[in-house]
This record gives sequence, C-alpha cells and structure tokens, in this order.
Amino acid sequence: MSMAYALTDSRVMVTRCVRRSLRDPEAFFTALMLPVVLMLLFVYVFGGAFDGSGAYVDYVVPGLIVLCAGFGAGTTAVAVATDMSNGIVDRFRSMPISGSLVLVGHVVASLARNLVATALVIGVGLAVGWRPTAGPAGWVAAAAMIVFFVLALSWLAAAVGLLAGSVEAANSFTFVLMFLPYVSTAFVPAQTLPSWLRGFAEHQPFTPIVETMRGLWMGHTSTGAAVGHEAWIACAWCAGILAVSFAAASWLFRHRTAA
Amino acid sequence: MTYTVTAEGLGKSFGGHAVLEHVDLAVETGSVLALLGPNGAGKTTMVRILATLMRPDAGTATIAGHDLLTDPVGVKRSISLTGQYAAVDEKLTGRENLEMMAQLLRLSRRAARARAGEMLSEFDLADAGDRRAAKYSGGMRRRLDLAISMLAQPRVLFLDEPTTGLDLRSREQMWSTVRRLAGEGVTVLLTTQYLEEADQLADTVAVLDHGRVVAQGTPDELKARLGAEVVRLHFADQAAYERALGGLDPVRTDHRLHTIDVATEGTAGEIFQILGRLQAGGAPADKVSTYRPSLDDVFLSVTGTRTGTRTGTGTNTGAASVVRTEPKEMAR
Repeated sequence: MSMAYALTDSRVMVTRCVRRSLRDPEAFFTALMLPVVLMLLFVYVFGGAFDGSGAYVDYVVPGLIVLCAGFGAGTTAVAVATDMSNGIVDRFRSMPISGSLVLVGHVVASLARNLVATALVIGVGLAVGWRPTAGPAGWVAAAAMIVFFVLALSWLAAAVGLLAGSVEAANSFTFVLMFLPYVSTAFVPAQTLPSWLRGFAEHQPFTPIVETMRGLWMGHTSTGAAVGHEAWIACAWCAGILAVSFAAASWLFRHRTAA
Repeated sequence: MTYTVTAEGLGKSFGGHAVLEHVDLAVETGSVLALLGPNGAGKTTMVRILATLMRPDAGTATIAGHDLLTDPVGVKRSISLTGQYAAVDEKLTGRENLEMMAQLLRLSRRAARARAGEMLSEFDLADAGDRRAAKYSGGMRRRLDLAISMLAQPRVLFLDEPTTGLDLRSREQMWSTVRRLAGEGVTVLLTTQYLEEADQLADTVAVLDHGRVVAQGTPDELKARLGAEVVRLHFADQAAYERALGGLDPVRTDHRLHTIDVATEGTAGEIFQILGRLQAGGAPADKVSTYRPSLDDVFLSVTGTRTGTRTGTGTNTGAASVVRTEPKEMAR
C-alpha cells in the first residue's frame, strides 16, 4: 500500500475522530471545564495553604497540564474501547486499507484534544498571575516536552483501550492516570511527603516530566536544580512508554480483531 | 457453472472447541446462498473467515478468483461485509458515513460526495442523510450499512443476519433490496436463522449445525427430501399416541396435541398402508390431515439429528428423521 494512500486514509480517520470528539458534548465540555476549574481550585483554594517561595500558580501549572492530560488519555482509552466493541472496526478491516489506521486517528485526535486543554491551562494560568521567566527557546522546549508526553500517553491510552475489553474497564484508566500526579511533585515538593511515599514520587514518570516543564518555564525545578538531568529522565520515560505502548497497541489490535 | 465463492474443508476451533468442522461451500456467480442455522451453529464464524477477518485453522477458499490465504487484499477488494451489528459510525450523519467510507475506497473528496448522494437516494435515505446515524431506526441503520457495503460495487456481498431485530416492514424492505442487488449480478452469501428469509431470498440453502453443513440444495430440493406431503396423524389419547410412536418414523411430534407428522409421497396407497398398520397395532388414528413440507420441517429433520431425540432408522425419502416434542422451541 502506497504512502500516499496511507496518508489519505489517516486523514480520513483523524477527521472521523475529531468529529466524534466535537459531537460528544458532555465529554467535550468536561474536557474544557476541567483545566479552568482545577486552576481556580488549586490557586485560590489549596494555594493559600502552600508555604513556598513565590505564588503557588508558578508551581502548579505543569501539574495541572499532566492532570488534564491524564483525563484526556482516559477519554482516548474509552473512545478506542467503544470502537472495538462496535462493528465498525470489522468493516474497516474488511476493506482494502490498513485497519490499524483507526488507532492513528484516535491518537492524533487525542493529541489535538490534549493540546487544546494544555493551551487552556496555560491561558487561564497567565490570567490568574502565572509569570514564567522562560524565553522563546524555553517555551519551545516546554512545548516539545508536552507534545512528546501527550503522544506517549495517547498511545498508552490506545493500548489500554484495546486491552480493556469493555468501555467501563477503559474508563477506570482515567482514575489511575488522574491519581498518579498527586503522588508526584506536581502539586507539592517531594520533601513534604512521608519518606515511604517520597521514594515512589521521585521515581515515577510524572515527576521528571513535571519538573522538566517547571524548570524550563521558571528557570529551576522544585528542588532548585537545573533542568538538564530531569529532562533526560523525562525523555527516556516518554520514549520508553511510547515504544512499549505503540508495540503493544499494534500487537493487541492484530490479536483482538483476529480472534 | 461458475462459482464466485468456493470453500473447501474450512475448520476453526476456539480453545479446543470446534466451531466449524470441514465445511465445503460453493456459491454460484450471481446467486444468493443462505447459510441457515440456529445460534451458535458457526454462521458468523464462517462469514468472518470468508471476509478475511479471521484465519481458518484448516481448509482453503477462493473468492472472486482470489485465494483467501495468499491474497487477502485481492479478496478485500472484491467483497463487502454487512455484519450482524450495523457497522456505522453513530456520531456521524448518514452522508458523512458514506463520504468517509468512499474516501477510504480511494474516491476523491468530490467523487465521494457525489457517490454518497447517489447511495442515499438509492437506499431511500435521502431525507435522513444529514441526521446522525444514532437517530436512525433499526431498518434505516441497516440500509445505511448496506449502502456503505455497496459503495465499492463489490462482486460478493456478505450479509450476516441482515434482518435480525428488524420489524416486519423493515425486513420486507431489506429483502427487496437484497433481491434488487442480486438481480444486478452481485453474488450474495447471507446467514440467517429465519427459514422464511432463506425461502424468500436464497437460490441455495446450506443448513449449518454444530459447525457442519448438514444439508444443502435449493429450498425446493430440500423440501422434496421430506417427500411431497407430510401426513399429520391425530390420536384420541396419550396411550394411542405412545403406542403409535413406536411403529412410525415421524418428522415431528406433539405430545400435548397427540399428533405425529410423517413424510410421504402423498399417494393414497401409502397413506392407506400407514393407517392400516396403525389399526393393526392397536393405535388407530383419530383424524388425518396433510400439508406440504416447509423449510421449517426440513430444518427440524436435519438439525434435530444431533440435538433431538431420535427414533426409527431411515425413511423412504432418505432424509434423517427426528422427533421434536416441542416444535415451538424453534428459533424464529
């Protein structure tokens, strides 16, 4: 199958998934409200209790981005699981196209949804007083980090959606992903956690990803260190999650549908 | 005679349980073959294998000249599948569904738009084209599904239970659509658990039971296997009914109504002989009526050989005989 066909087919699949996203008013509304509500909640309700240097909003923006990405990934997992439980994937597979392009459609739509949510977090953050010190290069690097992270997370979501077997099971993925950032340095520095939790928080993937964004925007991480070390770890995590999820999703798609 | 679909020795097992066992099938070009069988007979598995969605464990098949195993892409280019659950995107409108699928079939955006419009009017969906498929009735959804299947002008159309869950009117509408497509030269392989549907649409019926083809032929040939007339013998009471059962070779029985149905050639001599035998055996029939065998009776007689209680050995018509005490259990 030629490359041009694969590109056309991907475009058709992406259009389909984007349309589907726009036509699910509840999920769409929630996805747009979440960044706004969480930002206001964290800055004005929890923020007062946070005893750090500078405004809490300066600390919390990367955390809210990963939290919203977690929610977005849940949406993607549910969308994939829904497709798998309908006859439409069989139809695609009985056509002379690569059926797995269905997944490409979901991942690209997921990327688009999450980038909109991220832009919203950034916009609302700036409106309530977030003042990043980064120059253009820092912003570009932060954006690249976000895209890399969301791409890895979207493929992970696609794999989970295929693995789940039911829409309900896929939905529970949302809770896992929305819980993990709380046990990282997304909302509080690691040293405020009890020691048994600190070990987990310091070594789970959300921490280096959040710290990299924080370091790029604010000039230093939550421990005051430079961003370089965290960035490498974050990239390694994203590359690892992406590679494993992509392979798993491809394998699962073949085996789930050929049973 | 040319065949567009031929399958030889197809077999498939799931976790050690054989769903299909050595199935041979041939569908003549431009004809309609109905794969008839109860739930779990292996009909859907058969269609999924032929539509390249599933690999068989054994056997080979050729579809429109393409080998199923070595040239699946060639097969995909020649077929369309309308599955058991309407495979449409419910969040898209009918028109968007058609345009999307047309683009995946290599039509340009403009050509896809034009073709979608044609299909909407051809399948009586012109007014509903811009509504979301989620808002369609069951019949409309199946029509949209079929319209999508016909976009590519396939040589072979697979229909997996095309009217299951439809109301009477939608079913008849679906039948006339299938007849029209068959009339246009499309080879159709459909699965159904409705005998009437097979009778209405099919040139050939293959009865599938427990993963095996247990009977195959035109609806008339199959009915002829039971003879020209079925004689229904009514007995006055339970005792006479039970005494009579021992000496007869019934196609169906009803222990509550005390009736025993026997296949015959419909000659007076044959019926006279049966009645004489019953009289002599001390179980005289009370009333006698005859009817022409339906596909229903054929179905019972061929599928019942493994599931029903079997009595007697062989019949004059060559069809296996069977006793089903609860004809109403038949899946309808």
